[in-house]
Amino acid sequence: MLQTKLRPLPPAAYARCMAGIIRREGLRWVHQRGRFVSALVRPLVWLAIFAAGFRFVLGVSIIPPYETYIPYEVYIAPGLIAMIELFNGMQSSLSMVYDREMGSMKTLMVSPFPRWFLLLSKLLAGVAVAVVQSYIFLGIAWFWEIEPPAIGYLAVLPALILSGLMLGALGLVMSSFIRQLENFAGVMNFVIFPMFFASSALYPLWRVKESSLFLWWVCQLNPFTSATELIRFALYGRVDWMSAAVVIGCTVVFMAAAVAGYDPGRGLMARKAGAE
Amino acid sequence: MQTVRLAPALLGAALLAAPAARAERLFVSNEKDNTVTVLDGQTLAVTATVKVGDRPRGIVASPDGGSVYICTSDSDHVEMLDTKTLTVTRILSSGPDPELMTLSPDGQTLYVANENDNMVSVVDVKAGRVMTEIPVGVEPEGMGVSPDGRVLVNTSETTSMAHFIDTGTQQSIANVLVGSRPRVARFTADGKQVWVSAEVGGTVSVIDTASHTVVHTVSFAIPGVPAESIQPVGIAITPDAKTAFVALGPANRIAAVDAKTYEVRKYLLVGQRVWNLAFSLDGKRLYTTNGVSNDLSVIDVDGLRVVKSVPVGQLPWGVAVVP
Repeated sequence: MLQTKLRPLPPAAYARCMAGIIRREGLRWVHQRGRFVSALVRPLVWLAIFAAGFRFVLGVSIIPPYETYIPYEVYIAPGLIAMIELFNGMQSSLSMVYDREMGSMKTLMVSPFPRWFLLLSKLLAGVAVAVVQSYIFLGIAWFWEIEPPAIGYLAVLPALILSGLMLGALGLVMSSFIRQLENFAGVMNFVIFPMFFASSALYPLWRVKESSLFLWWVCQLNPFTSATELIRFALYGRVDWMSAAVVIGCTVVFMAAAVAGYDPGRGLMARKAGAE
Repeated sequence: MQTVRLAPALLGAALLAAPAARAERLFVSNEKDNTVTVLDGQTLAVTATVKVGDRPRGIVASPDGGSVYICTSDSDHVEMLDTKTLTVTRILSSGPDPELMTLSPDGQTLYVANENDNMVSVVDVKAGRVMTEIPVGVEPEGMGVSPDGRVLVNTSETTSMAHFIDTGTQQSIANVLVGSRPRVARFTADGKQVWVSAEVGGTVSVIDTASHTVVHTVSFAIPGVPAESIQPVGIAITPDAKTAFVALGPANRIAAVDAKTYEVRKYLLVGQRVWNLAFSLDGKRLYTTNGVSNDLSVIDVDGLRVVKSVPVGQLPWGVAVVP
């Protein structure tokens, strides 16, 4: 096999490549107005309608990191932020599948940059969009009296980035599995819904434990629970170390799986190509 | 270089020093377990639990903060707790079943409502005994004294009246009909109004002290909360008379009422069956005792937000704040 000896690329080239990918994702987000609006409306529907029906279900207990009784809106806000990030991760996974069908992925993949770097750039681009969306949501949520302390708005940033990375990396793994755009509906049914509902996003886990110990374990092991709790504690200026560890661990595992999945030599894509 | 290193240290010191203004202690009477819980006002940590007589309810601090008086209802007397040694140093006779009381501004006289014999006992603090008894309506309950100490207001639960009494002559001046089952009576700092809560009526009557007429009746409505759960009890009015806080009992809320327009500005979610209230010494925080959830909630008075809730004893009834 003929191998071309490549000169190592200068760091500036890496930076330009990453900036390009992030910019493209940002432009796509701004221009797809439907996506922009739906990403914002989705959590607000939960907040304004769903939470209204359950407003005082939590009125009888104090759950850390909260220090007093809270209405349900305050409880589900961190879960809805995690939902924004989950949808965003899946959305960029969808766009990867789209890129592959349209051929623009080939352009990216034949670039001289290492594959892991391209995937990381893609991931960071998605996270940047998710973080901006989360802050917009927090801004609007303030009108629902979701008023974490000022320090919380700052402390939540690393939590948003970490959980965004994890859910984005999960999206990348998914996208290496999905062959066609049509299969995306399956992602909704088998990934987004179970992850969201079997977590601490909508109900505190002691409530789940009351009804089913098995489900409680499922919720505990669900990395989406860790993402939600990491954001929840960070919003009140506290660190949930256990959740942070789970989120970082999962990010590494998912990212490794994504890099492997996108390796044309031995990954899932190769197997898929063989199957076709 | 030195300044650079000093800056964070100074900032740290400033941050540490800021809450020091709240160097105060809270004394909470726990009706069910016959104790008084002592909390540090700054950290809100429980520093002591003092055993007192049976069924402690009404609790007030002396003007100098050196002692706290507690109505131990089922022991049929008032106990004086030394806030330094945290021991009950004196027993004051009070008449049977004392529940609520108020201390004259000079700290010399205690006015105690005796629910069972339709009397208000006037207790001389120094002598520790009842000097006189003033007959009032049926089931006397709430007690309030004007800032100048001249007028006493007592509410009677069954008669549904606020009785105005001249503390000099110890004679009744006026009787004002208020909402059903009146509980707490509070004077505004200027002494021009008395606010009286009615537990069953679900209202607060604002009485003009010059004309002895009800100038306004504040009513409450919380979406999703049944009207019968709204049972106003404790009242605390800010010294600037801008906001009146009303504890709404089993509605688990504190209503923040604009004391000028009488509109409810906000309902604040606290623990279950919130009963009585007290301001911090700097007036920036409001403490509430939540009987059923056995905790004390802290409200940021300016921000109208519940900051924290901390567990205390069983069935906390009232709270007194001392330096």
